[in-house]
Amino acid sequence: MSGGPASSTPKRSLGGWALIAVPYLWLFVFFLAPFFIVFKISLSQVAIAIPPYFPTFDLAEGWAALVENLRELSAENYLWLTQDDLYWKSYMSSVIIAGVSTMLTLLVGYPIAYGMARSPKAWRPTLLMLVILPFWTSFLIRVYAWIGILKNEGLLNQLLLTLGVISEPLTILNTNIAVYIGIVYSYLPFLVLPLYASLEKLDESLLEAAEDLGCPPWQAFWKITLPLSLPGIIAGCFLVFIPAVGEFVIPDLLGGSDTLMIGKTLWVEFFANRDWPVSSAVAVILLLLLVIPIVLFQNQQQKMAEKDR
Amino acid sequence: MIKGLMAGAAAVGMMAGLAQAQDRTVNVYNWSDYIDESILEDFTKETGIKVVYDVFDSNEILETKLLAGGTGYDVVVPTGSFLSRQIQAGVFAKLDKSQLSNLDNMWADIEARVEKYDPGNEYSINYMWGTTGLGYNVDKVTAALGDGAPVDSWSLLFDTANLEKLQGCGIHVLDAPTELIPAALNYLGMDPDSKDAGDIEKAGELLKTIRPYIQKFHSSEYINALANGDICLAVGWSGDVLQARDRAAEADNNVTVAYSIPKEGALMWFDQMAIPADAPNMAEAHEFLNFIMRPEVMAKASNYVYYANGNEASKPFLNDDVIGDPAIYPTEESVKNLYTVTAYGPRVQRTVTRTWTAVKSGQ
Repeated sequence: MSGGPASSTPKRSLGGWALIAVPYLWLFVFFLAPFFIVFKISLSQVAIAIPPYFPTFDLAEGWAALVENLRELSAENYLWLTQDDLYWKSYMSSVIIAGVSTMLTLLVGYPIAYGMARSPKAWRPTLLMLVILPFWTSFLIRVYAWIGILKNEGLLNQLLLTLGVISEPLTILNTNIAVYIGIVYSYLPFLVLPLYASLEKLDESLLEAAEDLGCPPWQAFWKITLPLSLPGIIAGCFLVFIPAVGEFVIPDLLGGSDTLMIGKTLWVEFFANRDWPVSSAVAVILLLLLVIPIVLFQNQQQKMAEKDR
Repeated sequence: MIKGLMAGAAAVGMMAGLAQAQDRTVNVYNWSDYIDESILEDFTKETGIKVVYDVFDSNEILETKLLAGGTGYDVVVPTGSFLSRQIQAGVFAKLDKSQLSNLDNMWADIEARVEKYDPGNEYSINYMWGTTGLGYNVDKVTAALGDGAPVDSWSLLFDTANLEKLQGCGIHVLDAPTELIPAALNYLGMDPDSKDAGDIEKAGELLKTIRPYIQKFHSSEYINALANGDICLAVGWSGDVLQARDRAAEADNNVTVAYSIPKEGALMWFDQMAIPADAPNMAEAHEFLNFIMRPEVMAKASNYVYYANGNEASKPFLNDDVIGDPAIYPTEESVKNLYTVTAYGPRVQRTVTRTWTAVKSGQ
């Protein structure tokens, strides 16, 4: 924000305010307002009605009814979450699956981004295009395609059997391994793009200087390239980790019956139990559990950056 | 030139006329693979009402949409136990029976059984009914268990001695707790419709003992898996297993699939057509239901999907391999063994799904 045109004048013009208002309005309408609706449902109770919870607020009923309804809200659902270890287990299992997948994505994505940043300038737009290309096909269809590749009589097993690498088809589909493959594949572009952006900006004269001073290339990579690309790594990892924790489609289609993830638990709560209040409570807790560590982490980063200066 | 213009104008006029005829629509939300689509074309041809047809594959999805309200659907097809809860929630409009002249065609026996969910049959008409039983690959099961394989008994699934021999060839189970827990209770000699938490736990324990042998819990994949010979045993819905049988026969791949209603009894379920209270096209919805209740139409649907229907007058129009197949139209003897279940209340429902999650995740 500090670089905006309005900040140069001490008093903001009307236009300046309007400019700031747009992103805030966006955040309010598409993030805060829905969040409060979900939060409100999480304090309600299940009911056999349309919608299936109680109380519902109707502004037309007037102030007294509103106050009456507010009294009905309770934190009972949050208490329930602490009593059943299923939620804790699925949350932990989601964090582990997302963490492992993020690491794997980084291992696959770093060489790709590095290779792109080191390629001749003329190739880069094409390479960039190739990374973005999968987005042109529906995410769902791409995940479905992996079923065809990974299943027992699928392409991968057929290939390995023909090559004689294995004698029995591998069971990959419906296991956590398939979930890892699905997440790494689906989120790879989210890691490659920010990483590529930070690697591309890297000042090559630093590497030349290192070489001149007798530093072997691999050490130059560890001491110069990797630390300087850290912001890209962090941004990329967050972009993979955060959506992966709440992922539903990939564990549902590729995972097995024993793959426990918070997205699936939420689905069961919402659809099978038709318990909107508890599923809203799960969603609120999930949001808090994800947002708080990230905010703390960013604060830490900022402090470190200031110290360096 | 002028002639051309005139012809063009006439064509435009005709199209406008067509568009007007097409203005009337009915939005139908039904199970996937559950109708002969030529029925929809016939309906449009005859009435000029356009059918917007959309499909789902689980009662849970349908129910969540209905409870959120404003679905825009005019005709939906929930299963009995779900229907009864949805009626309670005020989802449906009462049928205007004066608009349903074909109601007389319906089968009184089925209507009587549906009373459990929809007292007086005020909100729904029966579309199809069926059973939840065992689908199996005849050759593979015989190879694993010999000629005396208990294919007519739930012990094929619930006795781990049998499962140990079968697990090598693959076992699928419906991902439907509201059908599997009653099946387990029934096998244990308890009331399949029990709402007691202790009973449900016992059913869960039985299901946990068979969990290690089960490859997958899924409600539609088993059709192809049975037909391709990828699995040898599935707990499935009657018509789906029979569709698998026919696909295998068509593919001529030496796979023989059979369906059995176990002698201990099986769940009998009813898929009911109903009209949401906020349906935008009430009149068209009634016209659609009335069309569906014609004997020839209902028979055409059953001949296509291999499920029995609740339309007595349709029986003469059914193919022999449908009406004559005890897996579709069970004999009176086996009908006696069929049981029905009612909806769970919210608290019990939670116990049921939690038990099911524990079974599936093997914890």
